[in-house]
Amino acid sequence: MTTAPTPVPTTPAATVHGGGAGASATAPTPTPARPTRRRPRGGSWLATVPLFLFFLIGFGLPAVAIVIGAFTTSSDAEGGGGQFTLDNIRDSVQGAYWTAMLSSLKLSALTALLATLIGLPIAQAVVTSRQTWLRQAVLTASGVLANFGGLPLAFAFVATLGNAGEVTKLLHLTDHGWSLYSFTGLTIVYLYFLIPLMVLTITPALDGLRVQWREAAHNNRATTVQYWLHVALPILLPSLLGGFVLLFGSAFAAYATAAAMVGATVPLVSRSIADALSGNVLVGQGNLALALSLNMIVVAVLVMAVYLPLQRRSARWLS
Amino acid sequence: MAQLTSARPSSPRRKVRWWRGAVLLLAGVYFVVPLAAAGYFSIDDPKGYSFEAYTGLLSAPGFLDSLWLTLGLAVVTVLVLLLLLVPALIAVRLGSPRLRPVIDVLCTLPLVVPPVALTAGLIGVLRWGPDYLMDTPFFQTFVFIQDPDFPLVLVIAYVLMSLPLAYRALDAGLRAVDLRTLVEAARNCGASWPRAVFTVVLPNLRGALLNASFLTLALVLGEFTAASILGYQPFPVWIYSVGNSQAHMSVAVSILSLLITWLLLLLLATVGRERRHKTTTS
Repeated sequence: MTTAPTPVPTTPAATVHGGGAGASATAPTPTPARPTRRRPRGGSWLATVPLFLFFLIGFGLPAVAIVIGAFTTSSDAEGGGGQFTLDNIRDSVQGAYWTAMLSSLKLSALTALLATLIGLPIAQAVVTSRQTWLRQAVLTASGVLANFGGLPLAFAFVATLGNAGEVTKLLHLTDHGWSLYSFTGLTIVYLYFLIPLMVLTITPALDGLRVQWREAAHNNRATTVQYWLHVALPILLPSLLGGFVLLFGSAFAAYATAAAMVGATVPLVSRSIADALSGNVLVGQGNLALALSLNMIVVAVLVMAVYLPLQRRSARWLS
Repeated sequence: MAQLTSARPSSPRRKVRWWRGAVLLLAGVYFVVPLAAAGYFSIDDPKGYSFEAYTGLLSAPGFLDSLWLTLGLAVVTVLVLLLLLVPALIAVRLGSPRLRPVIDVLCTLPLVVPPVALTAGLIGVLRWGPDYLMDTPFFQTFVFIQDPDFPLVLVIAYVLMSLPLAYRALDAGLRAVDLRTLVEAARNCGASWPRAVFTVVLPNLRGALLNASFLTLALVLGEFTAASILGYQPFPVWIYSVGNSQAHMSVAVSILSLLITWLLLLLLATVGRERRHKTTTS
């Protein structure tokens, strides 16, 4: 507690020439602004304590519980709980659970890819349009729709393309073998919030493309296709990849839409965690849910590890 | 190719414009049809039209209870979030810049944990806690935060989930004002610390505070995962349970909740614009 940080950054020159902490006080370069500063010296960090405490308890404890639980036997297992084991992890990467994981990964990758490919032309259409109202309307709508995940989305689609949905009845889709409660159906529903998210993510990057670059390319006799292939796309690539990864992450973490819509027909890892938590697994495997959660977190960490550097990279080009 | 080069000045531009219209039209159809169909579905009736799904809402069992619970949770979540974040962020800007990267990382970390996994972790703690803390006062805490009338454990989950959003919003707001100059000016004029914060700093952050609050509110109003797995029944979980028996009503409520989100975001945009106008004209 007594080690309140005294922010007196010794200038590099002072340390080199004084050689010690005591000598730095005699450094010949006193900063003139310093004495007049009035700040809560040493006490200001106290205001951050509640946040840290909350984080430690609210986030730290569950995180520890996941890691410990994933590697120990559950309390209802024979021989008591708390023994170290790799069974949970092993079970979580085989059989039905592994199928669910692969299916989740496949769905997230496919929807993220489609949303990236569809979102880019929409965003480009908005950016190049000279009507400000159009731009405003599309971006506002994207903001709403990108947040329109979860239950309402699922119910809206059930009402549209479900077994008794309006469009299904109108076009007699069931006769053609259509079912919303399938992988394809889920893909269409996920795109409904992923495409707007992509439009929101990529618009600033498209705004950053300068008209001069295009003009320069055209003056050098580049066609529009050549301009896109050799100028625009390389510049956009970090933003596009970053957007893709972001969409992947949010599709991967989604739970409510699938839970309300498809039930068990499409296995997803988020659904299998919920099932395991509500006790729909064999006795003694309660900690399996925590192992599955750990797998999910590993995927999400990888996603962020790709996303954050990409975001920084695209910011460098398009500022 | 030959055509393109011969008629460059006018034709490519027109082509681009046509393409733009087609893209926007297709996108518009894809995004409007489900909403329109859902709206039609909610009033569709074998005998014509019926607005029963909307009129019967108030008297539906559990509707008001779950709505109040959600609103209560939302208000408490917003308050807790602001009370945790605002002092910390101001302090970090003014006095402890070295803590800034730490807070930055902490507030981004919840993004890495999907809501399902976070809920699993919380359940892990809630199960583990009573086993070891049976004889200590902490046990009462575990009972208290799981009170079905007002589950504080959900507030913890919601605060964590909205932490990244709210942090970004507040951080952007703080970046827009020169906090140190403001505070020094206020202090030099003889204002006490609380006075400087409440009458000078917070009014300047009004837009950012509202922004963070609205984002959190929208998140809490729509959150389903944690609440349903933990076994509570706020509004989204109620919609889900209604969906099993009364499809029309669940669709009607979905449309209403979309409209509410839309209003919130419009409000957000308006507040943001007003603030910008004020700063530019003054």
